[in-house]
Amino acid sequence: MSLHAQDDPQLRAAQEERLRATWKPPQGLFLRWTDTNNNRVGVWYTLTAFGFMLFAGVLALIMRTQLAVPDNDLVSANGFNQLFTLHGSMMMFLFAVPMFEAVSIILLPQLLGARDLPFPRLSAFGYWSFLIGGVFVSGSIFFNAAPDGGWFMYPPFTTRTDLSGLGADIWMLGLSFIEVSSVAAAVELIVGVLKCRPPGMRLNLMPLYAWYILVVAVMILFAFPPLIAGDILFELERLLGWSFFDPAKGGDPILWQHLFWIFGHPEVYIVFLPSIALFAMIVPTFARRHLLGYPWIVLAAVGTAFLSFGLWVHHMFTTGLPKISLAFFSAASEAVAIPTGIQIFAFIATLWAGRVVWSVPLLYAVGSIAIFVIGGLTGVMVAIAPFDWQAHDTYFVVAHLHYVLIGGTLIPLFGGLYYYWPLITGKKLSDRIGRTAFWFLFAGANLTFFPMHFSGLMGMPRRVFTYPSELGVDGFNLASTIGAYVFAAGVLLVCIDLALSPRRAKAERNPWAAGTLEWLAHPDDEDWGIRSVPLIESRYPIWDQKDFVRKVDEGRFFLPDAEEGRRETIVTTVLDARPLQVLRLGGPSWKPMATAVALGSVFILTTYHLYWWSLVGAVATLAMVLWWLWSGTAEIPEKDEKPIGHGMTLPLYLSGPSASGWWAMFITMMADATAFSGLVFGYFFFWTRHEDFPPSGVGMDGPGAFWPMVALGVSLASWAATVAAREVHARGGVSAARALLAAGALLSLAAVGAGLAGPWTTGLEPKLHVYPAIVWTLAIWTSAHSGVGAICQLYALARSLAGRTTPRHDADVRNITVYHHFLAITAIVTYLTIGLFPGLA
Amino acid sequence: MSEETPGRLHHGLRARILELRVTLWTLIVPPTVWAVHFLFCYLWVAISCAKMGGFPRFPTAFVAGTAAAIAVILASGVIAWVQARRPGDPPPHDQSTDTDRTRFLAVATLLLAALSAVGVAFTAAPALMLTDCR
Repeated sequence: MSLHAQDDPQLRAAQEERLRATWKPPQGLFLRWTDTNNNRVGVWYTLTAFGFMLFAGVLALIMRTQLAVPDNDLVSANGFNQLFTLHGSMMMFLFAVPMFEAVSIILLPQLLGARDLPFPRLSAFGYWSFLIGGVFVSGSIFFNAAPDGGWFMYPPFTTRTDLSGLGADIWMLGLSFIEVSSVAAAVELIVGVLKCRPPGMRLNLMPLYAWYILVVAVMILFAFPPLIAGDILFELERLLGWSFFDPAKGGDPILWQHLFWIFGHPEVYIVFLPSIALFAMIVPTFARRHLLGYPWIVLAAVGTAFLSFGLWVHHMFTTGLPKISLAFFSAASEAVAIPTGIQIFAFIATLWAGRVVWSVPLLYAVGSIAIFVIGGLTGVMVAIAPFDWQAHDTYFVVAHLHYVLIGGTLIPLFGGLYYYWPLITGKKLSDRIGRTAFWFLFAGANLTFFPMHFSGLMGMPRRVFTYPSELGVDGFNLASTIGAYVFAAGVLLVCIDLALSPRRAKAERNPWAAGTLEWLAHPDDEDWGIRSVPLIESRYPIWDQKDFVRKVDEGRFFLPDAEEGRRETIVTTVLDARPLQVLRLGGPSWKPMATAVALGSVFILTTYHLYWWSLVGAVATLAMVLWWLWSGTAEIPEKDEKPIGHGMTLPLYLSGPSASGWWAMFITMMADATAFSGLVFGYFFFWTRHEDFPPSGVGMDGPGAFWPMVALGVSLASWAATVAAREVHARGGVSAARALLAAGALLSLAAVGAGLAGPWTTGLEPKLHVYPAIVWTLAIWTSAHSGVGAICQLYALARSLAGRTTPRHDADVRNITVYHHFLAITAIVTYLTIGLFPGLA
Repeated sequence: MSEETPGRLHHGLRARILELRVTLWTLIVPPTVWAVHFLFCYLWVAISCAKMGGFPRFPTAFVAGTAAAIAVILASGVIAWVQARRPGDPPPHDQSTDTDRTRFLAVATLLLAALSAVGVAFTAAPALMLTDCR
């Protein structure tokens, strides 16, 4: 180490100056909000989600006040409906899921020794979408227009416009918008974990937090899209009168329940696993040893993720499905207790084997496990169908779900707050206030929710705005209300602790003496993330690697400089984290914010039936997205490669499956394909529900086989043209590739027409019956995708003509080809289904 | 790809297994089999109950599907078992080496295979006991 270039303090100071200038946040009243650095966006995201949590908590307090005594009249029945709907919806969509995304945006780059996540502008876009959608949904209660159908919005009450007002549209469209931001975060986090790890951090050395986040982000890809598909059907019914859930027109409200809970149950694990992930960081630090059973934890995370997709019907045990179907889901619900138990035992074993340092974060971790286990045990009870038939829709279920969510999400997050506050602010929170708050929270949660088991078993249904004294649940309800206030006092104490923080002195660096990478952060933190990207040889590098902190600080590892004044991070391979590329990151920009505003306008204007304006918003969104892509992605660098230290040189440009952009496209399209499969599920679901499907009669005979087969042929031809363009282009045939892309675009446009021609020429009438409605939906979905496919092809063509795509720099062509692979699969499934299945059936 | 020496290995199955590539995709083979089996059972019951009004006690497709699922999980587990015992590098196998990374993925795959086998058995059990669509 003696003759290292970094020995020169002047060089180090110059490097630091360049890094500081490169990562300098934009200044000014407006411009500061155009920042995209994860340490700022993540903090905004966290604070916003925390604010929504407090708001939704106040709604719960109002409810508990109303229920304190029998026959109370503090709020009306209608007001109460809005309160519980918004409380549940906000806690799930505006707090639990965004909070995990927010915390991960802050922590993940630190944990992975990266300067930032691979798509900082996408994170910013996600944040602004979340803020706009969240304010839109939560603000509705001030106009007495909040959704009132319960957080799972069951039809027919919610689809019939005479029974539910604007609130249902606000829920559907506002939260759909937020689902977009969740999928964006999933893309960011998956690519971040897989491609932005520091050299040497192979899969077996990855911090467990990163494992959990990878698993959860993948779950989002498969869980959220079915709800988006459901939202589409739901709004087509509400806004256009197409029938999907109305039995009078062949629809079935049970389809909504399926689509909702295919989302809704994995959702529970999506909010639970990230909190457990915080334990996986907290427990080893205070046990002063490596976590026991690393592969067992990975088993638990991956196993839970899979099993959680086989549980959804346990929310539908009373809908009259065949008993044997219920039994399958009951079995899976019991099986999921195995991985859940394994991770809890791994934590207990680690504490047992370690030398425990008793601290506030650990107190929260241990206390929340106790609460969670009670919720888990009642979960095993309600997973048994005959018991569930008794307890369904009673306060027993309310007790169960709150034990799970408070023990599995909320209190761990408070523990994480106490643990990671020094990382973010450089200051510790008060141990004394933290402990006091914990006991308020712990006692309050138990006092609120334990009596609900009894009031539920005694017959008190959930979601009633009041109850008669004769039911005999007065005492339990009063106890619950007192408990809710005790809990709220605990939350208030935490808030006071946070508010006092700016007046406190800075803590020392790594105040908990932890061993993981994120604690490299300095109390007087710089915006550059990490001084140099380290070489990782252990799961706990600060503990195990000699002189680790000093070497990082002195820039003795990789990429210690920003010679060209560009924000950069290192991209590595998925399995072994071998360095592949220096990735140039997007800097501050107002484009993500403007795109979020444009997209938000589409959803919000549609809510108020201002269709022309929302079309304007849609065009503006498309224009913004194209401009953002054109000006900020797949940039051809000024040189091919650059040195990153230690004699290593990495390319600045990658395309194809080793590039982060390719992965982002692939992951996005996985989500898209999942939403599509939700719609296809709808088609076959209706087939099983009807004796004659497709039915016969005027407006219901179609779409025939001819046009769907033409559409399929044209779509496949367009796909072939795209693949051929990629291949010819890579071999230097630029003109031929351009011709192929142009031909492909024409074919895609032809596919739009042919796809719609089937239902159009046969006069399918979607308002008449569910069959024409679902056929139209599939045809429109696929045609719209063909339309986007044409835009992709024309975009790649334009990039080539502008000299921004060349045979050596062909990321655009490769990425749109990924889109077209998925489009081809969509076209095959759609046109074979709507064209040929009626003949088979 | 890997640094292990085949000194103790004989030719044959074991050696061939050790040459197989272990990735994130092979990690999720067992739970994916569980998912496919689960979906198959659910759809099979839903369709036969809705369209045929019932289902037979030991339907061939169901038994064959379950046997196939168990077979794939078992194979995946055996491969993982052998891979998890590949020679080279001392315990506790948490170093940044090819061998330790492979061992880790193999152990995790093995554990997932065990969980998936339990899951498949759980799913198959109801069909042995419940025989109608009520």
